[in-house]
Amino acid sequence: MKTPLSWIKEYVPALQCTDEEYNSRMTMTGTKVDGMYRLDKNLEKIVVGRIEKIERHPDADKLVVCQVDIGEEVTQIVTGASNVFEGALVPVVLGGGRVAGGHDGGPLPENGIKIKAGKLRGVESNGMMCSVEELGTDANAFPDAPENGIYILPEQYGPVSEKSTEMIPVKPGMDALDVMGLHEPVFEYEITSNRVDCYSVLGVAREAAVTFGVPYVPPVPAVKNESGDVNDYVSIEVKDPDLCSRYTARVCTDIKIGPSPYWMQRRLANSGVRPINNLVDITNYVMLEYGQPMHAFDLDTVAGHKIIVRRAKDGDEFQTLDGQMRKMDRDVLMICDAEKEIGIAGIMGGENSKITDDVKTVLFESATFNGPNVRKSAKRIGLRTDASGIFEKGLDPNNAEAAINRACQLMEELGCGKVVAGMADVCEPIPAPVRIPFSAEKINAFLGTDYSKETMLSIFEKLELAYDGASNEVIVPSFRQDVKGMCDLAEEVARFTGYDNIPDTLPASSATMGGLTYKMRIEDKARETAQQCGFSEAMTFSFESPKVMDKLLFDADAPERRGIRIQNPLGEDFSMMRTTPLNGMLNSLSTNYNRRNKNVRLFELANVYIAKALPLTELPDERSMFTLGMYGDGDFFTMKGVIELFFESVGMKKKMVCDPASGKPFLHPGRQANIVYDGTVMGYIGEVHPDVLSAYGIGDRAVIAVLDMNEVVPVTTFDFRYEGIAKYPAVSRDISMLVPVSVTAGQIEAVIEQRGGKILESYRLFDIYEGAQIKAGFKSIAYNLTFRNKEKTLEESEVTAAMKKVLNGLAGLDIELRS
Amino acid sequence: MMMEQLEKIREEARRQIEEIDSLEKLNEIRVSILGKKGTLTGILKGMKDVPKEERPKVGQMVNEAREQIESTIAAAQKSIERKVLEERLKKEKIDVTLPARRFEPGHSHPNIVALRELERIFVGMGYEVMEGPEIEKDYYNFEALNIPDGHPAKDEQDTFYINGDILLRTQTSSTQIHAMESGRIPIRMIAPGRVYRSDAVDATHSPTFHQVEGLVVDKGITFADLKGTLAEFARQLFGEDTKVRFRPHHFPFTEPSAEMDVSCFKCGGKGCSFCKGEGWIEILGCGMVHPHVFEMSGIDPEEYTGFAFGVGLERIALLKYGIDDMRLLYENDIRFLKQF
Repeated sequence: MKTPLSWIKEYVPALQCTDEEYNSRMTMTGTKVDGMYRLDKNLEKIVVGRIEKIERHPDADKLVVCQVDIGEEVTQIVTGASNVFEGALVPVVLGGGRVAGGHDGGPLPENGIKIKAGKLRGVESNGMMCSVEELGTDANAFPDAPENGIYILPEQYGPVSEKSTEMIPVKPGMDALDVMGLHEPVFEYEITSNRVDCYSVLGVAREAAVTFGVPYVPPVPAVKNESGDVNDYVSIEVKDPDLCSRYTARVCTDIKIGPSPYWMQRRLANSGVRPINNLVDITNYVMLEYGQPMHAFDLDTVAGHKIIVRRAKDGDEFQTLDGQMRKMDRDVLMICDAEKEIGIAGIMGGENSKITDDVKTVLFESATFNGPNVRKSAKRIGLRTDASGIFEKGLDPNNAEAAINRACQLMEELGCGKVVAGMADVCEPIPAPVRIPFSAEKINAFLGTDYSKETMLSIFEKLELAYDGASNEVIVPSFRQDVKGMCDLAEEVARFTGYDNIPDTLPASSATMGGLTYKMRIEDKARETAQQCGFSEAMTFSFESPKVMDKLLFDADAPERRGIRIQNPLGEDFSMMRTTPLNGMLNSLSTNYNRRNKNVRLFELANVYIAKALPLTELPDERSMFTLGMYGDGDFFTMKGVIELFFESVGMKKKMVCDPASGKPFLHPGRQANIVYDGTVMGYIGEVHPDVLSAYGIGDRAVIAVLDMNEVVPVTTFDFRYEGIAKYPAVSRDISMLVPVSVTAGQIEAVIEQRGGKILESYRLFDIYEGAQIKAGFKSIAYNLTFRNKEKTLEESEVTAAMKKVLNGLAGLDIELRS
Repeated sequence: MMMEQLEKIREEARRQIEEIDSLEKLNEIRVSILGKKGTLTGILKGMKDVPKEERPKVGQMVNEAREQIESTIAAAQKSIERKVLEERLKKEKIDVTLPARRFEPGHSHPNIVALRELERIFVGMGYEVMEGPEIEKDYYNFEALNIPDGHPAKDEQDTFYINGDILLRTQTSSTQIHAMESGRIPIRMIAPGRVYRSDAVDATHSPTFHQVEGLVVDKGITFADLKGTLAEFARQLFGEDTKVRFRPHHFPFTEPSAEMDVSCFKCGGKGCSFCKGEGWIEILGCGMVHPHVFEMSGIDPEEYTGFAFGVGLERIALLKYGIDDMRLLYENDIRFLKQF
């Protein structure tokens, strides 16, 4: 909400403060100032000038030379504008002054534009006549401003106040910004959704008055001369009171459409609302002032002079006053006359009842509609208006009456029409005011403060929260729908004694044990290992395009394709919750590759989302995935080493097995494996398939590994024991073999492990060779075996026996020993 | 005769040793004099020709000569070794200004760096770190947080829905409810995690981001406790001199509610372009747990009070490390990550 400060001050006349003080104190009592603009920013030396004489420029067809009376003297100004005339009053910036912007209305430069006296095509020019754009404003604020021309000032102006009717003649030499009402700070507020009452000038004024401890003087809506009876003009029937708790209507006759007065135009304009005519301006003015949207119907178009408030029917079509045809349904509330629909309640009026310049009788509507219903309807219809934005917050039914009376008061004051006596009103019983038991002790105990009962009660009084001493209760006015219980009262006390004045303490209550969960500690170990191995932590989005599944070469019926779909995604690219972390990792590798980053190693710890059933009826499995990806230096075995290191770091001391029967379509068929630990598949590892690499635009081999942390965490432990350093010597033996190509190192190692016996301490592959010197179909592999007995020195015969068993076993794999 | 020979050998040895400059040559001399076929050993072999009574004397003289030569050789050895070492050290001189060889470990993500800071601070104050589901029931994300159907706050947070009842959580506040429903009081917890809002990607928005929720529930928790705790948090995160201010605000699930600003860490509060001239930077939202939220989670608001807060992790990371574009956090360019 944007409001000129002078409007607030109209109702808080004793308010005296600098703009900065106002900003910070309002912010600290909860009416947050989101922006503060001075309309005269970067406007210097701008006076009223009267053009006395216009002559042609001797050397330029498009320029004219004006003699301009600026009060104390007549000065010469050259202009290219074509709308100037002798006798016109215009804003003039004198040499050495400053304007806010260029004549094109583009973005305003931070420090404005300095104006110098000089020569234009050889003719002296001592200043510049200004357009509204040059003055930092626009034609919305000054609808009478010409397009591409100098703004012509009015003959007279008045102070920007409803209370003043005096008009001042505009004379050369006056401050032109006074005349245009631009010496004004405008404040924009961030109003929180619970404070419906503050979406209005009066609401903010009330807060300002309490903040600064000065009186709040709201207008008193009263019409001096009323005649007739509204019931002779209109009758009202509300068929759906659940959606409309109050509908009030008043009538004005003898309408005279014309411009609204200077002060009203300036206030609307400075609040960001374009002045139109007196009738429209009055409804807009009351909406800003009271926070109650109103609607004006031409009563002569209302059939049967009857208003019926009812739900639309499914499939109804209705033309709103912006000329659009719109589809309705049975949850949209309509305003109807005896024959037809004439408006969508709280959203927009109809084309068929809109006010034209020859309107004679006006019906004002001021109603209280069901907030959530207005919001949902506006959303479904796709039409959010200023009015619906306010209605949807849920309004105070008492405010509807105050606002409609205020509108009638202004109709009379502005001479816009004659007010018919009485208000047609269909109203559900207004709920009794909320009463809250008051206890200063409880409020102090809750806040951690020590304020007196009197301090609290005086704050309540200023806020119009009445105190009933007999029952010791606080009675809440209807406009404060947010105040319901003790904690709300505590908030009011805290706001106006100052949040800053509440002490800072630490909870002194029972001790608690802090710490990470076990899973988080294991995940941190994963991070640690990955980082030690040169992998940096990445973060990628949790949703992706379903097309990713094609890029990753998944079969049509792959379970990965059964991802959870978002109903209202930002677009297809963000529409499916990921079932695999691959896409995020491959995209990140691709980004790096395309930016020519060398040797990239990344990891991510994040969830995938696996539906138990689709469509989703219960929450899915969120599985934490430890994903590693790399290109550049290193290969499959580098990655395998990282996984082994991680397993060891979390107490997984058994041998990790790579099972080539993993069958992942997105991996190189001959360079992939399931990661198996103690018989359970924990994840997979492999080189990315060349087709997938090219789909992601990665021009290098890439290796990835994915561990499902939900599988890993249960078999981890932080418990470990020191093992004594061996006292007895070890015996080492080498085996050099010719191995059929089809036999894997894993098979050989399985034999070594099974047959090496208790004395086998460790083994290590130290040579592998395939090539010319080796006979076809074979490779040469050499292992070193270390034997040790922890209790005594090994006997040669024990080692020989163990070796014999191993060698016999290897023979079973068609392995030949090399001597 | 023998004496002369001995004298000659000694003299010869001294002369030779003086001249040599390598351990190999020194060894040759040792062998040529003291070795099995050495000159001194040769004299001992000639002992048989020495009269019996003179043998002890000659023997003693030979031994003296041997000892003398040995010690000369030892001294020479020491000096040569020293010289060799000095020469080696001289030769081994390196240009210490040549570039370092670095072992490149991996790096953290700025979000994680910020999260570690938060965890360190709150775990130190006795807070448990918890997690909750990202795909969440409407009830936990909204209703149980005092945001019933039709509440404006439900529309303000542009929610991604899976269906009418299940959504992507818009706030980690849902974890508060899980913590309270567990029934274990006192509660002191923080809950970091991903949240989702339907904002298009730009320099300041992302449809996925991270929050850290905090919740304290116990008997006698006050608004002053909330202020003290979060002020301490701000000082630990941004430095001892950090000032904080609490502004009244509104959240449906807390009352009273506040937003906490910290003094601008670029200008110290004087006002600069970083803080848009305000001197303050908004850091988090907080408030006293709303009694209705307690009731819905089965906690008696007459007996217990509590406070809650929510911090945007990206916001902290962006502010603390001066990152000017949120998209950098999800691109994973290694040149970016290397700085954390």
